[in-house]
Order: sequence, then C-alpha cells, then structure tokens
Amino acid sequence: MNIDIQRTDDSLVIKLSGDLDHHAAGKVFESFTALPEALPRRCTLDLGGVTFMDSSGIAVVLGLRRRLSYIGAELSVVNAPAQAMRVFRAAGMKEI
Amino acid sequence: MRPTNELTLLLPSRSANESIARVCVAGFAAQLDPTLEELGDIKTVVSEAVTNCIVHAYPDTIGEIKIRCRTFANGVLEIVISDRGIGIPDIEKAREPMFTTGGEERSGMGFTIMESFSDSCIVRHRAGGGTVVKLSKRIEPRT
Ligand SMILES: Nc1ncnc2c1ncn2[C@@H]1O[C@H](COP(=O)(O)OP(=O)(O)OP(=O)(O)O)[C@@H](O)[C@H]1O
Ligand SMILES: [Mg+2]
Repeated sequence: MNIDIQRTDDSLVIKLSGDLDHHAAGKVFESFTALPEALPRRCTLDLGGVTFMDSSGIAVVLGLRRRLSYIGAELSVVNAPAQAMRVFRAAGMKEI
Repeated sequence: MRPTNELTLLLPSRSANESIARVCVAGFAAQLDPTLEELGDIKTVVSEAVTNCIVHAYPDTIGEIKIRCRTFANGVLEIVISDRGIGIPDIEKAREPMFTTGGEERSGMGFTIMESFSDSCIVRHRAGGGTVVKLSKRIEPRT
C-alpha cells in the first residue's frame, strides 16, 4: 500500500494505491494520526490506485471522516474502482 | 454431489497472508470462468473471513487458518474457512450490521459483505473450539 499525501493551503489530497486490506490499513491509520492539527475544510481521499478493498477500507474512510469532522472539514472520496464501490454499496455507503 | 475439484490451504494468522489467501482462492475459482465482478466478490469474502480469523479468532497469538475450497459440476464454488481461536459467543448478534468488538479500526460490516457477495453464508461454532464459516457462490456458466 502506497500513501501519498499532498497538502496545499486550501486542500488536502490523500491518494492510496495498492490493496487496501487489514494488513495495509494499519499504515494508513498511522498516516492519519500524523496529519497536522490544522487542516483545510475540503479534503479528498483518492482511491484511484486501489487494486482491492475490503471492510478495512470502510473503517479507513469512516476514521478519516471522523477525524475531519472534529475540525468541521468535509471528506470527498473519489475515483473508487468498481470492486471498492461494490463493497461501499454492500455496506450501505451509497453516498460515495 | 461429489466435488469436481478441491484445494486445502493452511495458513498462519499473519496479516500478510490475507492477500495470499485471496490470490490462491481466486486462482482456484478461475476454473469456473467467473466474470471480473464475481472474482472480485470471491476475493472480498475470502478477505473478510480470513481477516476475522487474524483479528478476532487469534487476537494475541498466531494460530492456524484452514481454507477448504471445492467446485461442483453445477458451477458452485464452496469455501470453508475455519479457525481454532476464541470462538463467537453469540453468532446471531455478531452477524448484525455494524456489530463489532474490534474498536475504531473495524466497521462491523464483514459478515454483511460476506452475505451480500455470496449465495449462502453459514457460520457455526467449531467442535473443539473456534469458528467455521461456509460460503457458497454459484458461477453462472458463460457460453
Ligand atoms: N473467526 C472469528 N472468531 C471470533 N470472533 C469473530 C470471528 N469472526 C467474527 N467474529 C466476531 O464477530 C464480529 C463481527 O464480525 P464482522 O466481520 O462482521 O465485523 P468486524 O470484523 O468487527 O469488522 P469489519 O469486518 O467490518 O472490519 C467481530 O467484531 C467479532 O467479535
Ligand atoms: Mg470482519
């Protein structure tokens, strides 16, 4: 799993690539804890490079969303591949 | 009905084995000529069940995960994943959406996903301790 975080003054884009399973999620959660306190209001999680995702990816999205909601920021999840979309839908997360 | 083919895998409950389990079962399932979507569903249910063994069945130890796959002439793929771990006290409750004992890094959606991506998902206590999850999925033959 590769985690690429790009931060400008008014945007934060987190790009994940590789398999997003429980094995990889630990590293992703760690990278979230390392995010600075002050974050832009709009944040993007780009799943375009994700080759596989299971429920561990759902916890990643929910965890990041929770972290951002403390500071009133919003998260958009973009470019989720078909397999990940099916997992989000099965979990009832139709908004993604 | 007699199986047309079978594969048994034994893996220690290390998280690096999640992807190995997915790839092995997907390779075995390929003989039924599944669509890309069906193959994705198979990988997902295997990942969910194997991750549960790693995270929940053996929380503080490395234990054995057994995966037995069988194919049948009617196109059914059966995957049985068993562990000899701590077991599930209340299976019905464990299967409810969003029920988790795993804290913030789990969503409690594993069983819901296994149910939705398979035709049948049976969860039982294993005699002697642990859990057995039996998943079946029929792969429609393509002509
Ligand atoms: N093999 C197992 N051994 C012991 N307990 C299990 C096992 N599988 C599942 N459980 C229990 O059932 C609960 C629900 O499992 P489920 O896979 O639905 O959700 P989760 O693993 O908690 O979260 P998620 O799968 O979304 O990451 C778990 O939290 C755990 O308490
Ligand atoms: Mg689970």
